[in-house]
Amino acid sequence: MTYAVRRRTISKVAESLCAVAVVLALLPLVLILGYVIAHGLTALNWAFFTQTPKPVGETGGGMANAIVGTLVLIGLAALFAVPVGCICGIHLAEYPTSRFSALVRFAADVLNGVPSIVIGIFAYGIVVLPVKRFSALAGGVALGLLMIPIVVRTTEELLRLVPPGLREGALALGATRTRAVFTVIVPSALPGIMTGVLVATARVAGETAPLLFTSFNNHFWSTSLMQPIASLTVQVFTYAISPYEDWHRQAWAGAFLLVMIILALSIVARLAIRGLERMNRP
Amino acid sequence: MQRSADDRLFRLMTGAFAALVLVIVIGIGYELWAQSVLSIQKFGWSFWTGRTWDPVAGDFGALPFIWGTIYSSLLALILSTPIALGIAIFISELSPRSLRQPLGYLTELLAAIPSIVYGLWGIFVLVPIVRKAEILLPDPLRKLPLFSGAPLGVGMGAAGLILAIMVVPYTSSVAREILKNVPVAQREAAYALGSTRWEAIKVAIGYGKTGIIGAIMLGLGRALGETMAVTMVIGNAPQVSLSLYAPQYTMAAVIANEFTEAAEELYLHALIEIGLLLFVITIVVNILSRLLIWSTRRRAPNVVAVPPVVEEEEAAA
Repeated sequence: MTYAVRRRTISKVAESLCAVAVVLALLPLVLILGYVIAHGLTALNWAFFTQTPKPVGETGGGMANAIVGTLVLIGLAALFAVPVGCICGIHLAEYPTSRFSALVRFAADVLNGVPSIVIGIFAYGIVVLPVKRFSALAGGVALGLLMIPIVVRTTEELLRLVPPGLREGALALGATRTRAVFTVIVPSALPGIMTGVLVATARVAGETAPLLFTSFNNHFWSTSLMQPIASLTVQVFTYAISPYEDWHRQAWAGAFLLVMIILALSIVARLAIRGLERMNRP
Repeated sequence: MQRSADDRLFRLMTGAFAALVLVIVIGIGYELWAQSVLSIQKFGWSFWTGRTWDPVAGDFGALPFIWGTIYSSLLALILSTPIALGIAIFISELSPRSLRQPLGYLTELLAAIPSIVYGLWGIFVLVPIVRKAEILLPDPLRKLPLFSGAPLGVGMGAAGLILAIMVVPYTSSVAREILKNVPVAQREAAYALGSTRWEAIKVAIGYGKTGIIGAIMLGLGRALGETMAVTMVIGNAPQVSLSLYAPQYTMAAVIANEFTEAAEELYLHALIEIGLLLFVITIVVNILSRLLIWSTRRRAPNVVAVPPVVEEEEAAA
């Protein structure tokens, strides 16, 4: 084999190995989604959506309270994270070069990398410990803390996409900075910011670890913010590690519902982003 | 006059919200320290080297958990890095243009699947497969310390595998971006010198090396803090063992499993001290990875002009 042929062969082999890598990574994706759909769809029934869990030993029952609980927790998280995250993002976009902004950006990145279980401990320390009770509020705070950095960065990035002419125009017309930001710049980036919020919601909707010791779990109906509340993720965890066949079935159903919620959120977000890109193209 | 006052107020008010992010990060560090102070005072440094974890006797050593976290994360990196880089190279250099976006989206989908779903799949699908593989392994190999012990399925091997799957999308998406930012001139120069396609790709990788190491470290940061999926397949036995067959434990997993059971204050403080270490480690890893990625990004503006390498040589001359 000549040198040139050998080099060409090596190149071809390496290129094929890269293709193999793609297949190797997509294989688990297909397997996981396949199993979740196969097991989840057969396990879903009307009771799953309308009933609360049955006591140990009885089959049947559902996750109605956990579905509502997850919605409550996500709502609370958004309530905390969206105002803080958006206003912080506005600050970063308006004063992009200040040293303070660089520091905040860095802090947001650090916060984004903190493991969710550690965020859970923090929420436990500031919300659960003082009142000595697990609560939906604590779970909402934990999820909110996870949402903040994502909302901050997407808001900043999307505000920066607003053409500088808009801002300059508003300022030239004599608008104050506040007025320019809230009546011109933010409205034009609003669809994008809402998309960012969707992405952040999709990410925290699947979180389990920070809820284990903040919102805990609840086998009964509860929408009280000061009481423990059930959530889809914690319920799936509890059922998955239990020894009961019927609970395993329901764990798959819960996982299916979770994956569907998250996929729907991210597909909507993706379509929205594509639409925005098309809109902003000159 | 009034306008500048308004601008100042605007800056101050929005700045207060921005400062909140800083306060949160510092607050997490402080809270973790304040809530683990009992354990820090009682055990000192021996907490990190102790191997007994006996809540009943009030004796706590975190070595098995640290070992489990580091071992499982490194295992995940070894398995995921070649695959993640392969994907990044395939998508950015080899694939037809029409395939790029769908492939990128599909790999990112791996990151969107919740940890708990990975765990559920791990328990009921992956662990039985791993168990079969462990039984099928030929006897001479079973004598190695890496494969010693009973083939249970749950254990370090399963944990490393599931972590690897979960880490791939993080590493590959950053690596892809780094490769995309390598100036075209780099590849063109390689081709002009008669390179094969692979040799040109190697040049591009060499150029983005720092950033790619950053991408791998970003994956490491994710692996270190990953909780649910690992908790569900690693077997949760606090022991220091090299064996992939052995059930072990990680820092995140012990917090997840035992936090609500910790009745005594010292027990709780010991768990939170583990959380504190996890916080510090992931922050260090993340900061390092950001710095590496950032330094490559800054070095590589998307222009076809003279590559900076030449400028450096000229400056040296």
